[in-house]
Amino acid sequence: MIQVRKLVKRFGLKTVLRGLDFDVQPGEFVALLGPNGAGKTTFLRILASLSRPSLGDVSVAGHRLPQEAAAVRARLGVVSHLPLLYGDLTAEENLRFYGRMYNLSELETRITEVLEMVGLETRRRDLVRTFSRGMQQRLAIGRAVLHNPEVVLFDEPYTGLDQDASVMLDDVLRSVAAKGRTVVMTSHDLARAEDLATRFDVLSRGAIAASTTRRGLKNTNLLAFYKQALAN
Amino acid sequence: MATIEVTSSARPASKPSFIKAVWAVVQKDLAAELRSRELLSAMLVFSLLVILIFNFALELDIKTRQSVTAGVLWATFAFAGTLGLNRSMAIEKDRGCLDGLLLAPVDRSAIYFGKVFSNLAFMMIVEVIVLPVYSVLYNTNLFLPGLLMVILLGSVGYTAVGTLLSAMSVQTRTRDMLLPILLFPVVLPVLIAAVKASNGYLTGTDMSEIMPWLNLLIVYDVVFIALAFMTFEFVVEE
Amino acid sequence: MQKKPAALITLDILAVVLLGIATYLALVYAPTEAVMGQVQRVFYFHVANAWVALLGFVAAGVAGVVYLVTKDRRWDIIEVAAVEISLVFFLIAIILGSIWARPIWNTWWTWDPRLTTAAVTELIYIAYFMLREGIEDPERRARFGAVYTLIGSASAPITFFAIRLFRTIHPVVIGSGDPGAEGTFAMTSKMLVAFLFALFAFSVIFIDLFWNRIRMGWLNDKVEQLKLKVAR
Repeated sequence: MIQVRKLVKRFGLKTVLRGLDFDVQPGEFVALLGPNGAGKTTFLRILASLSRPSLGDVSVAGHRLPQEAAAVRARLGVVSHLPLLYGDLTAEENLRFYGRMYNLSELETRITEVLEMVGLETRRRDLVRTFSRGMQQRLAIGRAVLHNPEVVLFDEPYTGLDQDASVMLDDVLRSVAAKGRTVVMTSHDLARAEDLATRFDVLSRGAIAASTTRRGLKNTNLLAFYKQALAN
Repeated sequence: MATIEVTSSARPASKPSFIKAVWAVVQKDLAAELRSRELLSAMLVFSLLVILIFNFALELDIKTRQSVTAGVLWATFAFAGTLGLNRSMAIEKDRGCLDGLLLAPVDRSAIYFGKVFSNLAFMMIVEVIVLPVYSVLYNTNLFLPGLLMVILLGSVGYTAVGTLLSAMSVQTRTRDMLLPILLFPVVLPVLIAAVKASNGYLTGTDMSEIMPWLNLLIVYDVVFIALAFMTFEFVVEE
Repeated sequence: MQKKPAALITLDILAVVLLGIATYLALVYAPTEAVMGQVQRVFYFHVANAWVALLGFVAAGVAGVVYLVTKDRRWDIIEVAAVEISLVFFLIAIILGSIWARPIWNTWWTWDPRLTTAAVTELIYIAYFMLREGIEDPERRARFGAVYTLIGSASAPITFFAIRLFRTIHPVVIGSGDPGAEGTFAMTSKMLVAFLFALFAFSVIFIDLFWNRIRMGWLNDKVEQLKLKVAR
């Protein structure tokens, strides 16, 4: 579903990603871990087609980036730590706008489905700027899956959420990941990542330092694995 | 919480037609603005204040009024315009919505034209309100079809370039402050031509004298709409 | 430390020598103009400087387009060099123009098309540098610089025509003379020599400064690269 070979990303003279290789099978839930500045957000932005690779091959949902970006975008959903929502529009107006931008049919039905899934059906006519951060994040996820993408990318989705909101987000994330969707999530919250993901990759100094699956963690825990990966 | 069930007849996401995408952006901007009215009220109040300042700065007695009306109007529109342009882009930038637009499978030029039409709509709404106010304050009739056409042509050129430059300035450190500095030297031909043409219509000058200015406006509009929409993707995409 | 290429050193010397000769020709060799007197001598350098500035202007526009097409950093360095040089030479031309205008038309400034367009172009250049100043990422800085150069290059000529149209339809008399006359005078053969030589000398100076500035930009890049290597 996602194939990355020898990805290099430079910003001017600074190299952030150095020859990164990354392979994700359909249905996997990958937690991408790493210290700040390792390049997680940069990498995710490239996968999201928001940034172009300097060198290397990237392919998402069967289409090459950046050449077939439009095709990728139709199959991709992104949740960043910014809400990507218009405060002066209602929840349903936001979804309607994005639905149009993705050329969705039966939009109204779809909007209701999504609002129910994220538990915001009762607030559909309320302005987004009246929503709490947790509600905005849930609506943002709704926006991201509105067009039923095969791949969903999450960039630090738990940022700024309190305990209750985080628990709600867990549920939403699980339902997103169900039905065979491929998910890549960056997170600083190791406990949550350990709970949700099926695979754990550590990004350090611009490349994947280590990768393991849930089974591989049997005799250890994620924190130990993470520290070990960074020490190398 | 329910899991997502996709109804069988729903087709997957695809690229909307150009017109559809442009219209979606315009609808979104207009709907949001109609609700908050922050942008429009700011532009409007600012315009009226500028006219007030001009009133005292230029001592618009009956004699000189006629020769400076065009200039005062366009100076007002030029300044108020930057407020609208700045704000329109800031909304996209602040909540990451620009990324939201870029993530959709739409042409970047559709996003550009959508924003241009929204910005143009806002500018024209303000102009349509300022004109009668000015007419009343100074007892001059500004509702001449020729003048309205010039205002349209001039606003088009202004917003075509302004939208592109505001997309740039919103991504810099200095943001709002930078837009007028970038915009005004480059949009000068529009202001010159618009003022001369407006003045021509207001003083009832012969069409042969106004035509060259209208031509200049049209040439500018065509050249810069083309340049702006071709370079827009370089400004928003990394 | 890379040594300055011999060709460039030769060019440096040549530029200085030519400047000296041109100065001699303008100040001593050329005869004093009958009507305007000594101040007319400013004309030789005024036009030559404006000519160089115009070369820089065109070079900047071309470099901008090429950069957007090729994404090659070298064209960005060329673009910045061209804008800098054009900025300085337009400034000199404007100042010389003022020095010339004062005794002739009793005014420091005439709103004639060429002078005004030069001033507007200066403002575009200043805006250009302010734009670049406000951007951290070198790649974005280069991209935005190129786009603005393109817009500016298209706008300045149109401004020129607009102002010229302004003048023909509404000739405005400034000071004691009609600026449309532009202080015309017939050039004797000696004056022609001084004039043409000044153009030639300043063209060489342009190439010399341009080359030096590009080289400086390139070395600056190298320094940044080395800094990053050391910091690691």
